[in-house]
Amino acid sequence: MKALKKVIHNLDPKFEKGGKWEKMYPLYETLSTFLFTPKHVTKKGAHIRDGVDLKRTMFMVIIALVPCLLFGIYNTGHWHYELQSYLNPEQYAGYSDYLTGFGDKVVYGLIQVLPLVIVSYAAGLGAEFIFGFIRGHGLHEGFLVSGLLIPLTMPADVPLWMVAVATVFAVVIGKEVFGGTGMNILNVALTARAFLFFAYPTAMSGDKVWKSGTKEVMAENGGLMPDGSSGATALGDLATFVGDSPSVAGEALSASASNGALLDKFQAAYDPIHAFIGMIPGSVGETSTLAVLIGAGILLFTGVASWRIILSFFAGGFVFGLLMNGISANAYMDMPAFYHLIIGGFAFGAVFMATDPVTASQTQYGKLWYGFLGGGLAVLIRVLNPAYPEGVMLAILFMNVMAPLIDHYVVQANIKRRQKRFKTA
Amino acid sequence: MSDNAENVKAPKESLFSKKNKKLITEPLGDNNPITIQVLGICSALAITVQVEQAFWMSVSVIFVMIFGNLIISLLRNLIPSRVRIIVQLVVVASLVIIVNELLQAFVPDVSEKLSVFVGLIITNCIIMGRFEAFAMSNKPFPSILDAIGNALGYAWILIVVALAREVFGSGKIWGFEIFGSNIPDEETGQMTGLYELGYMNNNMMILPPMALIVVGIIIWVQRSKNKELVEEH
Repeated sequence: MKALKKVIHNLDPKFEKGGKWEKMYPLYETLSTFLFTPKHVTKKGAHIRDGVDLKRTMFMVIIALVPCLLFGIYNTGHWHYELQSYLNPEQYAGYSDYLTGFGDKVVYGLIQVLPLVIVSYAAGLGAEFIFGFIRGHGLHEGFLVSGLLIPLTMPADVPLWMVAVATVFAVVIGKEVFGGTGMNILNVALTARAFLFFAYPTAMSGDKVWKSGTKEVMAENGGLMPDGSSGATALGDLATFVGDSPSVAGEALSASASNGALLDKFQAAYDPIHAFIGMIPGSVGETSTLAVLIGAGILLFTGVASWRIILSFFAGGFVFGLLMNGISANAYMDMPAFYHLIIGGFAFGAVFMATDPVTASQTQYGKLWYGFLGGGLAVLIRVLNPAYPEGVMLAILFMNVMAPLIDHYVVQANIKRRQKRFKTA
Repeated sequence: MSDNAENVKAPKESLFSKKNKKLITEPLGDNNPITIQVLGICSALAITVQVEQAFWMSVSVIFVMIFGNLIISLLRNLIPSRVRIIVQLVVVASLVIIVNELLQAFVPDVSEKLSVFVGLIITNCIIMGRFEAFAMSNKPFPSILDAIGNALGYAWILIVVALAREVFGSGKIWGFEIFGSNIPDEETGQMTGLYELGYMNNNMMILPPMALIVVGIIIWVQRSKNKELVEEH
């Protein structure tokens, strides 16, 4: 270790101003600070510099994302073979069981998901390096996390070039335009997802993308889904409760069926325990609330994420879910409120997206408001707008924009309170 | 007598003096009405989905701008300053009606697509702005040059934005498919060109927010090239 450190520090002068490889400084700085804490020392004022700098903070988030990634890989494989088992019942007998064919599912998942991760990192780091060279600084750390978040928020079947385009868009328009890491208004990973969602809706939503390989299976089956299978997510199914022709897991139900009967069918198809563990189709990393909570534990234990945001986000979703139960105009509104927290990307958004320290509220009270309103808005968008079955992405982006406003009012209220105290004293 | 008259008269300016040339070149670049003054944004967002629409919109604005500036400049000493805005509005409205009739007569399908946005040229801030800021206080010839400069400055931004949006949003330029056809062939069921390889049109390019982002990118490039344009804050 010490020897390596010595080698690197001996290289220092060559990269500094006037050195031989001055132009390569951004590259060098990136790599050297990745291995060792930078040797910057505060020279003026009484500032304390923690050894845990941004790179190490970001690394904690990556570690916290690993459970989601691993589960996502397996889940992708599972739903692929589940669909295959409808088409070739003999060859894939029992594959609709969650744990049968473990090896096959892991291998397929890896083949589908790893390229997404690699492309996302390559495209994003490429864009960051270009801006780093132009502006003369090293690679900014923020993208280490965004690069892993982006593939986790996509359906596993999304074409790789779309991931690259969306990543470059998010890095350049979402971040570099505003001045780079720490200056962005919107969460970078969600910007990439929102871009794809609006630019290529057929690849990002509907009921043909959530199970990997749906297109191939349909092509083999004469353009139709195999009998008895469904490609929709739980949220996609729920959205039909608002429309005219409700269906659960591909099975059409009569529109006249009572709300209670619809919900019973739904709960049978998406058992809460399964939904909590994540055994439902969806974007790569979002399905498992369990894996997300393990990640949340790591983030909270290391003090990287704010418990205020996570807790209030869940609280907001639950309270607005109850509110919808109170209105209960259709089957969707009647759904038990806790379901909102375990299906779709709600938990993933609450733990990994809403807590982004750059785009969230900065004040303590502001964080509570920010999380609560974000969670509530996510449920509102889900329930009231069937065109957007998943509301978490839009809710968090909207709250990102509102965060400075929330902070402003919190700070003003604090000033007023203290002025009052000063007057009465 | 003649000596005196010559002394009183200001030295005659040549038609294309440096000052006059600047009237045309400045609005094209460093004083562009869209990217620097950020005027006329509404139409830049609304009608830049296709190059064809953007082109005819530009032509219309160039026409209204030139004749409007000329008329206002000729009338500048007759217009009472209290009612000048109303007079300007009457002039621009009459010209827009002429343009609208011409478009309907000669390019009816484009006119249909542009619909209300031709009428809205009346409220285009660039036109009223140039009337008020330039034509009201300058002679006819410089006013015409100013009109040409500003209208062209507006036009090239419009066309560039429309080009980006049509190419990436619909895969076409002026209606011609450049990446192949994305509608499956009736017989083979195959798409052609890039679409066969999995390329898809970017729907976001057709939505207005992307027009704003494209204009923003132009502004970004322009200001990073010429640091003097960056505002202090």
